Formats: sequence, structure tokens, C-alpha cells
Amino acid sequence: MQTIISSKTKTVVIGPGRPFTIIGERINPTGRKLLAAEMAAGNYERVQSDALAQVAAGAHILDVNAGIPMVDEPAVLEETIRLVQSITDVPICIDSSIVEALKRGLEAYEGKALVNSVTGEEERLEAVLPLVKKHNAAVIGISNDESGIADDPAERFAVAKKIVERALDHGIPKEDVIIDPLVMPIGAKQDAGRAVFKIIQRVTEELGCNTVCGASNVSFGLPNRKGINMTFVPMLIAAGMTAAITNPLEPEIKQAILAADALMGNDENCTAWIQANRKGVRKRERRRRQPSA
Amino acid sequence: MSDEINLKEMPVEEILELMQEDLYDGLADEVVEEVQELLGREFAPLEIMTKGLVAGMDVVGVDFRDGILFVPEVLMAAKAMKAGMELLRPLLATTEASKMGTMVIGTVKGDIHDIGQNLVSMMMEGAGFEVFNLGINNSVETFIDAIQEHNADILGLSAMLTTTMTYMRVVIDGVKEKGLRDDVIVLVGGAPLNDAFAEDIGADAYCKDAAVGVETAKKFMELRKKA
Repeated sequence: MQTIISSKTKTVVIGPGRPFTIIGERINPTGRKLLAAEMAAGNYERVQSDALAQVAAGAHILDVNAGIPMVDEPAVLEETIRLVQSITDVPICIDSSIVEALKRGLEAYEGKALVNSVTGEEERLEAVLPLVKKHNAAVIGISNDESGIADDPAERFAVAKKIVERALDHGIPKEDVIIDPLVMPIGAKQDAGRAVFKIIQRVTEELGCNTVCGASNVSFGLPNRKGINMTFVPMLIAAGMTAAITNPLEPEIKQAILAADALMGNDENCTAWIQANRKGVRKRERRRRQPSA
Repeated sequence: MSDEINLKEMPVEEILELMQEDLYDGLADEVVEEVQELLGREFAPLEIMTKGLVAGMDVVGVDFRDGILFVPEVLMAAKAMKAGMELLRPLLATTEASKMGTMVIGTVKGDIHDIGQNLVSMMMEGAGFEVFNLGINNSVETFIDAIQEHNADILGLSAMLTTTMTYMRVVIDGVKEKGLRDDVIVLVGGAPLNDAFAEDIGADAYCKDAAVGVETAKKFMELRKKA
């Protein structure tokens, strides 16, 4: 299965058998007081530098969220998307829990966006899926519903399945639904990690959909969170996960992803790994010539 | 980025340079195209091999030794070399003088680790040697037969384990008994080996990696030609 996301000029393919897709998480004011205050005041300097830094660090897609309390989120999201699209060519993951904000974001976006997100809740499904269809976008489906987040992976898989089926009803092909199995903290729920591996495997094999998650929640409440996170991501990749919303500026995470790509056989000739770790200087960078006519 | 390279209009020297660069980059299709272009101009196959392919592999060997290039890149370069050589080999077969020397190489009895010796084989071929790779798990008799059959100049022995490296002594003793020891240069390699072990079992040299192996082989062949 291949999910294709694009900007005006760049296409990103998410899928198994290829390098893991990194969705940069930094443009999100949640828990970033300074960024929130600046965005609320119409100052987008930090958004700009965060966008450029993440792309330089290897982000394939940028998540853009404008969830700031007491501000006109749809307007700020729209403006942020326009701005990010004007300075980078990577596609965007439009991130909001407010349907109106998703709508404005989609209207402003040039290309095929990834919408973050829809859940298995009736009201959300019926509000978000028509928008996704209208703009021919892809969508992240989070595996919870009105009853909350089930501990039992089988229940969460059932929600994922429902989302995919409902998307189909709306004319959205399953390649355009990426399932987020919902990562819970292992500090609070001992089996939370294993539940996620199980859901990823089932979604991959039984639904044939790509999977994504925000991985860092897994270490919430524990010391040395980085140590957990950089181990968790390769385990997710081994289980079949094809994308993550994460911070490419963290060298440990970036390294873990590159190593996992190489170990999974998805980094041809270990090129990316060598490039990231070579201390010496090649005579020149590898460059393929167009075959002569 | 095609850079508008037009081989047809390029002088020979530039094509040779480009061939070296493309070999360095492991671009087999490009290397083949350049070899074909030069052959089309009736440039001598031996010159194409030495000034293009072998010269290119030399740089790869040096950068591999210095930790600038890594195994996947050397393998890609070796594949590109091989692709070019496939065009040249039938044309070279008649000119025996083109050979740097002949090598028989294999992993000794009990040992099945062949990544290292395959790398050595490819780099030796890259340097212009004719290489007969016997693969894994070879007895002393197999080595002796191969030396005689191919009239080898160099015998390469490989072992990855402390338990199997001792068999190298058996091979060297066997070669001595057959009266062939003065005919072949014996090079040994593998993770658990060192210079002292090589000396103790009566090898000519220990080579710590494939690049050193090629350098050592060339050095010994030169001494031999002078003698």
C-alpha cells in the first residue's frame, strides 16, 4: 500500500519497503508557550525557522498545528499553512481538532494534504471525511471512539477498521487512510507498547493500511525519555509502522530511524546511513547521469 | 542534473576521467556506456582497463582503506568495474601480458564466512588480477589442485574463526610438501588473524583488509618480476 502526499512541487510516498516517513512535529504550540504567544501575536519567525530546520534535518512532511487557546484557530492555521508552503516544498500534515480549522487549512493548501485527524467517533467521521473527500486529501484515523481508548488491542483494531470502512463509504480509498494506533504511556499502562505493536501488525496485514503515531507519548512520566523513545521507534518500524510524527531535530531519534531503515533493508546500499555517518569526505557526491539519448 | 554530458563529443582523456569518477560512484550503466564509447573509437581494451577501470578502483581502494568509503560503496564500485570488464575481457583474452597476476582464493576448511574474501576477490579483479574464487570450506587438496590448474601466483587464505584459522597452517604445509611453496605468494586474512600468526604459519603476509590485500599483492608481484 502506498499513501501519496504532495505539495505543489514535491511528492512523498508513505509505504512499506521504503525509508520511514518522518513527519516533523515542531510546528505545534501545544506545550510551547513562547511559540503559542508569538503565533497568537502574528509573529511567525519561529514557525519559519522550525520549518526550515526540520526539513534540513530530514523531515519529509511537516505537521502544522495552531491550537492556541483563545485565538481564532482556523485563521491562524490557514495563515501558518500559507507561510510554511511559501518557504518549503515539503507537503503538510494539517493538524487540528476543530473541523472549521481543517476546512480552512485544506482550502488554503496547495497539493494533496494529510489531515490530522479523524477518530472513530460518529460525529467526527461525518464531519471530517466529507472534507477529506472534497479536497482529495489523505487522513490519519485515530483508533478511539465515543467509549474512549480501549486497552484491548482487538477493540482498537475494530475502531481502525470502522474508520477505513467509513472512509470507503465516503469514496476515500484505503490507501488514503493512515491509522494511528494511539500510543499510551507504558509508565501508566504496562502493556501499552505491546498493544501498539499488535495493532500495527493487524492494520498492516488485515486492512492493508499505513500506520503512523506520535511515539514520544510512550515514555511519559519516566526518566530518560529519550532512551525509551529511541528504542521504541525502531520497534514500531519492525512491527510495520511506516511513518511517525516526531522531532527530526533530536539526533538520537533521527539516528534510530536511519539505523532501522538500514536494518529493515529499506536503505539501498545503506546509502543514507553512510551519508549520515561518514566522517571523511568523498571525492564527490554520487551523481547519476541521465542516460544519453 | 544531466550536466549535458555528451560522450560522443568528449576527448578520450575526459572520458577516462569520467569513467574513474563513475566507477567511484558505483554507476555501472554509465561505466559500460563509457567503455563502449571508447571501444567504438578503437581505443585499446588494455588501456581502457588500466587507465579507466583499474585507475578508478585504485582510488576506491585508497578511500576504503582511509575510512572514507564503506563496504556497500566498494561493492557498488566493484559491480561497475565488473560490468565494464565483461565488455573488455573477451578482447583482452588474447593479450596475456595484460594480467597483473593470477590469484587463487578461498575460505579454509570448516569456515563458511565469505563476505571478506569476496570483497578481496572483487578488489583484486579491480586491480587487474585474474582471480579464481574457490568459495567456502576448502581442503588443502582443493587449494593445491587450483594452484596447479591455474598456475597461480598468489594464494589467498581466509578464516573468520580462531578454530578454523589453524587450518591455514595445514594448507601452507601441504603446499610446501608438494614443492609449490616457492611458486606462490601466500596472503592470509580474516578477523582473528595478525602479523605474528601469519609469520608463525609461514605465510608471506597478513592483510588486514581488502585494500591492504591489493596493495600487498601488487608489491609482491613487483618484487617477483624484478627477481
